[in-house]
Amino acid sequence: MKRLIIFLILLSVAAAGCTSVSAGAPPVPVFDTGADPDSWATVPAGTFLQGEHNHEAEIAADYEMMVTAVTNAQFAAYLNEALTEGTLTLSEAGVMGYYPGDEFHGHEHEREIPAGDWLHFPLNEPDSRLTFDGQTFSVIPGYEDHPATMVTWFGAQGYCEWGDGRLPTDLEWEKAARSEDGRPYPWGDDIEPANANFYKSGDPFEGSPNEVGNTTPVGFYNGQIYDGFQTLDSPSPYGLYDMAGNVWQWTGDVYPDTHLRTLRGGGKMDYGYDLRVWKFNSAEPDFYSPSIGFRCARDS
Amino acid sequence: MEAIKIRFNFLFRSTKGLVLVAIALISLETIFFGMLSGPMAEMGIRDFWIRSMGMVLLAAEREGRIIMLYHTIAMAVVSIEVYFITNIVPMSKDRQAMINGLVTVGYITSMIFGMWFAYFGHNYVFHGLFIFGQSLLFFGGVLLAITLWPWQKKYHVTNPEYAHTRGGVDLERAAFFTMAVATLGSVLYGAIPGSMFGNGFESFLAEDVVRLPHKTPLELAIIGHLHIMLTLIAIAIMLIIGRWLDFKGKGHKIAMPLTILGTVIITLGVWAVVPFEPIAHKIINGGSIFILAASFFLIAYTWRQQVQRGLAEKGITQAHFGQKVRALLHDPLPFGATWQMLYMNFVVTAIGVYMAINLDEIFRVWTAREERITLTGHWHILAGIIATIILLYYGDLVGLKGKVRQWFGWVIIIASDVAFTAATIFSIKRLFVSETAQQPITNWTMLLTDIGLFLVLLVLGILMVWRLIDLFKKNGRWTKELKETSLDNPKKEVLQ
Repeated sequence: MKRLIIFLILLSVAAAGCTSVSAGAPPVPVFDTGADPDSWATVPAGTFLQGEHNHEAEIAADYEMMVTAVTNAQFAAYLNEALTEGTLTLSEAGVMGYYPGDEFHGHEHEREIPAGDWLHFPLNEPDSRLTFDGQTFSVIPGYEDHPATMVTWFGAQGYCEWGDGRLPTDLEWEKAARSEDGRPYPWGDDIEPANANFYKSGDPFEGSPNEVGNTTPVGFYNGQIYDGFQTLDSPSPYGLYDMAGNVWQWTGDVYPDTHLRTLRGGGKMDYGYDLRVWKFNSAEPDFYSPSIGFRCARDS
Repeated sequence: MEAIKIRFNFLFRSTKGLVLVAIALISLETIFFGMLSGPMAEMGIRDFWIRSMGMVLLAAEREGRIIMLYHTIAMAVVSIEVYFITNIVPMSKDRQAMINGLVTVGYITSMIFGMWFAYFGHNYVFHGLFIFGQSLLFFGGVLLAITLWPWQKKYHVTNPEYAHTRGGVDLERAAFFTMAVATLGSVLYGAIPGSMFGNGFESFLAEDVVRLPHKTPLELAIIGHLHIMLTLIAIAIMLIIGRWLDFKGKGHKIAMPLTILGTVIITLGVWAVVPFEPIAHKIINGGSIFILAASFFLIAYTWRQQVQRGLAEKGITQAHFGQKVRALLHDPLPFGATWQMLYMNFVVTAIGVYMAINLDEIFRVWTAREERITLTGHWHILAGIIATIILLYYGDLVGLKGKVRQWFGWVIIIASDVAFTAATIFSIKRLFVSETAQQPITNWTMLLTDIGLFLVLLVLGILMVWRLIDLFKKNGRWTKELKETSLDNPKKEVLQ
């Protein structure tokens, strides 16, 4: 019995001593996916089957969605321009921007989001793929075409509005991901590691077993072979890539009476079942994470 | 033919046989469907298993499948508790046989046909049989509640060591009765909305809707149902362990009224979740304090008894602290069953209270996915602790002795607590590690959880294989157990 206890203690100590992930960005493989992050796809108005239980829902007008998530290169360019214009400001915490506030109802667990400056993008975060020299934001080499992460909901909305767009509503996001036939994944009925970036899916960016996995460049799962890793072409029926996996995506909806914001699509740290198109996640609007990104929508 | 018949009698007509069958079926079900879990998917075993078993798993039906799986395991666990209760609480043999028969046919029907329906294509006759099995279990429960009616004169207690009213009503029996009635009501509380969701195929997992600010009454009822059922299963095992260890004295007299009161308050609090959600939690927390206090009285009594027995075995009259500790630990089965109740407070209650206090400041700031991990860890650990307590009691019931008893008990206690501690750390890891840096802690907590659970399952597997081999022996242990017809040994002192 003593031996067993000693063995378990030693095992715990040994396991606890495993090296942690270094704070800086690891070297990253570079692949050209051929995706155009500036392209948009039209999603037609009409009814579709929404949610796990396929309830009929309707979208009144055609709209457009970005074919890929917003990339680091796009977001860095936006930050630089918006800071120069004065639309955004810098504080110790990071890049700040004005938000007119949410209506507050005093509901249990409801957080007040008053009008004022809110964090768009944090500075000095080790998980950031952008660097800042005091004047200009730059992308860590290799991450230009990866989805922009560590962006708060305010930052995502600010980016989309800057480009005359908006964040998609929850319904718009889901229809863009699955079309009208009630499919559980953007590409069809089942998920394989070659379809999307999810937990332990084995993509070339996954890193060592002691790392949480990394983002893949936008549009990565397009049927190409990358360094021996065969992907399956996995767009949604409207041609949108990465609508499942890689990063959760902010949507424009506000949870009534809590002021949480909805996230869709599942990310690199989730099991495959969390990538089903109806799964939702949520976070506070000033929350940021290396697993959260976004894409924009606009009226047709 | 006679050989089969007599073995059938052992397996399905004796308490020890019935418990053995239920544990074996739960083990088989856990192994079979555990092949579909996340770690198995990472290793590629899940896909192989699905293909080779011919399973039909639609992505949209995952939640429904999991709900059916949980229910079939829970039905078997509830049945085990019913077998224990009909074995240790005085009642007529006829009534015992009827109750045991109903729940046995119920949970096995439910398990076989429920899993067939859920994982191997949808034959709706099987779904009907799944419901039918659960209904049988429910009616077994109704019969149990009637049987436990505490105001029957023949079950009155006069022995001053045990909690009873002035009129002689056995308060321990009343606590069992209260728990049984609360369980039946809580079953309906979930079954009625559940049947609506089932018919509409709109199943959901509670952890997925926890952040929705406005839940429908049916959703609230389902969430209440799963919480109260696990709580009542825990209360039942506490009462069972109390009777196993002959809980009596002052502590018993305080603990039994506390248990009755706590059971009533918690149950009403959970039922109040639908109409009075804002105050329901306060009622539930109030009731929980009564139950926790009752469990502390049981633990204190048991540990005192264990120390006294341990010292008496060694012939020590004046013991120092170290000798008392050794005496306390001399028998891992009764110590373990009560230790697990205490340990539950560190890995379940404390985490739950901390989470409730810091919900808006910490847990709701994170993504819902992180909150879900904490929630699911919380109740999986509680369910796991209840399972280990059942196993420790079963080890005593089948008469494990000597080194086997020591190994069985200590491996279950240490291995399971290592697993539960690791799982707890995993579930709250974001309190002390960033999202990017969490993988090492994920790896080692998962490793320790897997090792701990593997060791528990290994011990359980050895026990099951031993019992299987024993069944093939003409004069195996099973023949003795069959002769010990369950109610030959009721607690005489209770019947005085």
